[in-house]
Amino acid sequence: MATTTRPAESPVTTSAIRGLLSVRNIAKTFGKNVVLRDISLDVAEGEFLTVLGESGSGKTTLLRIIAGFESATSGELWMGAERLDRLPPYKRPVNTVFQHYALFPHLTVEENVAYGLRVAQPLENDISARVEQALARVKMTAHAKAKPSRISGGQQQRVALARALVKRPKLLLLDEPLSALDANLRRQMQVELKSLQREVGISFVFVTHDQEEAMVMSDRIALLRTGELEQVASPREIYSRPATAYTAQFIGHTNLLRGEVRNGIFRCNGLSWRTDLPDGSALLSLRPENIRLHTPAFKSSSDDAVVFRGKVKQKVFHGATELLQVECADGLTFSVRTASQGELHGELESEFQPSDAVSVRESPERL
Amino acid sequence: MEFFVSASTQNDFKSSWLFVHAIAVFFFLYLPIAVLVVYSFNGTGVGGFPPRDLTLAWYHTLFADSAIWESVANSLLVAAAAVVIALGLGIPAALALHRAQFPGKAVFRRFVLLPLILPGIITGLSLLMLFARAQINLSLITIVIGHGTALISVATTEVFAGLQKLDRAQEEVSLDLGANYWQTFWRVMLPNLKLPIIGAALLIFTLSMDEIAVSFFLIGRDNTLPLEIWGRLRRGITPEINAISTIIFMFSLVAIVLWYRLRARIEGSPEIASELIETAVQGD
Amino acid sequence: MFSRAYRAFVTVPPLLWVVVFLVVPYFLMFCYSFWSVSQSQVIVHSWNLDNYRELLRVPVYWQTLLRSMWIAARVTVFSLVLGYPLAYFLSFHAGERKDLYYQLVIIPLWVSYLVRAYAWKTILGSEGVLNTLLQYVHLTKHPLEFLLYSPFAVVLTLTHIYTPFTFLPVYAALEQIPRNLVEASHDLGASPRQTFWRVIFPLSIPGVLAGATFAFVLSLGDFLAPALLGGPSGIMISNIVVSLFGAAYNWPLGAAISLGMLVLVVSLLFVSERLEKKWSFS
Repeated sequence: MATTTRPAESPVTTSAIRGLLSVRNIAKTFGKNVVLRDISLDVAEGEFLTVLGESGSGKTTLLRIIAGFESATSGELWMGAERLDRLPPYKRPVNTVFQHYALFPHLTVEENVAYGLRVAQPLENDISARVEQALARVKMTAHAKAKPSRISGGQQQRVALARALVKRPKLLLLDEPLSALDANLRRQMQVELKSLQREVGISFVFVTHDQEEAMVMSDRIALLRTGELEQVASPREIYSRPATAYTAQFIGHTNLLRGEVRNGIFRCNGLSWRTDLPDGSALLSLRPENIRLHTPAFKSSSDDAVVFRGKVKQKVFHGATELLQVECADGLTFSVRTASQGELHGELESEFQPSDAVSVRESPERL
Repeated sequence: MEFFVSASTQNDFKSSWLFVHAIAVFFFLYLPIAVLVVYSFNGTGVGGFPPRDLTLAWYHTLFADSAIWESVANSLLVAAAAVVIALGLGIPAALALHRAQFPGKAVFRRFVLLPLILPGIITGLSLLMLFARAQINLSLITIVIGHGTALISVATTEVFAGLQKLDRAQEEVSLDLGANYWQTFWRVMLPNLKLPIIGAALLIFTLSMDEIAVSFFLIGRDNTLPLEIWGRLRRGITPEINAISTIIFMFSLVAIVLWYRLRARIEGSPEIASELIETAVQGD
Repeated sequence: MFSRAYRAFVTVPPLLWVVVFLVVPYFLMFCYSFWSVSQSQVIVHSWNLDNYRELLRVPVYWQTLLRSMWIAARVTVFSLVLGYPLAYFLSFHAGERKDLYYQLVIIPLWVSYLVRAYAWKTILGSEGVLNTLLQYVHLTKHPLEFLLYSPFAVVLTLTHIYTPFTFLPVYAALEQIPRNLVEASHDLGASPRQTFWRVIFPLSIPGVLAGATFAFVLSLGDFLAPALLGGPSGIMISNIVVSLFGAAYNWPLGAAISLGMLVLVVSLLFVSERLEKKWSFS
């Protein structure tokens, strides 16, 4: 019998991926401002991890601490057996792709890419070979002799990527590198970046505020909210089993149902169904696509399904799908996602499976 | 563009050496001024270490010296007139360079900005030759003309910099809403130029008070303060000059603090006069 | 958009002034340089190249010019040596005190040039502060003569005057360097010292050029410091011009020298501008 199940385990995946980078209890305070509180995270070898969060969540600060541009107030960074946070940025095997690319304006594209190699070993001969290879990989060979001011934003970004990758770092940090690009170019770059990461096999730590971007590109997502990790999981897991209300709402759309559980029955306004949850108050997340709409004459074929009558209040056209606002008799409004049909309006029967309503923790306001 | 000011940036061993160097340079810059001030109170005169006999005698002499105060009055007059001329011509020049297109604009800009970098002697001498040919007697008026000519460039540069900082969108909105360029200037641009203009006036006034290279050749019967001091220096040094120098220093201090506050109100980080040097050298 | 009246208003008055008081005087100077002066101190308008021949022929003129250029060169180098590290310190190491230090550098700029030159005179003289101090602490027995009335005094005083002037554009240039470039350089493995020479310094070159040009040109044409502190061995080219317009009364010759200086300065500006363009990347 389908019931609503318990919430996902804990914010951090505790299967202890002893991987490449170990972030241990990192905290950062600027003056009176607590930006990061007790962040612990492991980055696996060859993984594409996205640190996702709104502005002010501390994601950029975390990245800068890993890169070495900020020092943490407390906590440690380990890479293998080496303690990273005591090293200055130029000694860490970590490279960064900056948000605004930070290409050196007085050097050509080639010289930019060669920079990291030249400062390490100025006399090496195979620098040009490696530079060529790096440029070819990001498809910027034709612009090798141009100055950064002469190429477009998207092209600058590729150069920044090549410049960081040519050093073969163990870990690549990317600070919202796609945010300055327009939508189509952005989508294209997402795909390219993802395949590049696969090709090169380096761990990527990617920072963004765009949840769609995170979903598309990542092996795992670390969701950061006002300095704390809300949940760290794969995109699928974080979407279908969000740990908290915030996660459920931040990633994709959801309906949050607040109600009481008594004697194994969850009640919320006029609706109720069987559940495994303990007695007490409960918060459930129900994704809009899990609600199906039928004509008023509908009779459900499933015993467990929750059915209710509702009225379509609003429709938003999203191309392939539509998002409808359906209001029930007791005032509860549901978001429902359907394939675009254009014909749904008025009074309808709505149906969903209780197992699709996932229990989530509250997300209290944080100061 | 974000400028991350990071604690770990450029923390190199140089840091303490650089600090020592900075202190040394400050010492070098302030030593003469300090000596000047100290010895203006020195009973035994200008040279001689260590200073002794703390006295205000030189200040008394100074205040009784009518020739000096006449020259101060002259300087103030000249400076005020110079401000009027320099702004009166510099503001239109800045506007012209800002947006208007006309033939010979580049040449015009060069000429207007030239006195910024040209040694004063050339400006002074060329004007002297003009006055000689035109048979105009040298007087305070010729000095005013000299200062005005030299300082238009300062006014133009400062006002132009202020114009550049004006949000172009504001001008466009005004025009879009139906105002013509006159009205836009009076209602939108000028109020925003108040601070750069006041700053320019302050700068021009100070520069004029101190001006000697151009004035040197255009002087008639009446001295300006720097020329009066210069004349006395030829005859010999007296601590009275220390006294007047100290007073000049005090006024400069006030002027600079004022201008700094002014600039701090216009923009976040006030960088005074650097645009003058860059404009002077680059011509744009 | 631009009414003709507006355009006329903003261009005509300044243009008029510039023509009357800049263009015409330079032209006059040009003319004067081809004239000569008669025995009875009257300027004769016979057009000839005598003045220029005199300048080329008589050694004292180009000797003085060379000495002036050498003095100006030293002033430029010393003010940069003093001013650049100071600007670097303020821009990258001063943190919160940056504004305060900046004000401290600017204040001497606003103190009268004459006052500062005079101050050095009182310090460097044989009975001046420095000499009596040195004798007081028994470092020397007799006053050091070279301190005053020498090229040394001129260079010292002019360096004092122009150090803030070289500081300003260098500081402005350094401030404009986006800090993420510094971070990117560190990120790629360059030490702070490497970062300075490979990134920071190249990007500050336009500021250095502007400051150097300003210091050089104005030192070259200076006549006040040499007159006060230079003595016979410290005479610079402008002092010669001053005397030609004064006691020596040879305006045409003076005009010729002035014109030469004008041409020299303009050429230097041209070169400097070219170099700055080559080194500015934005």
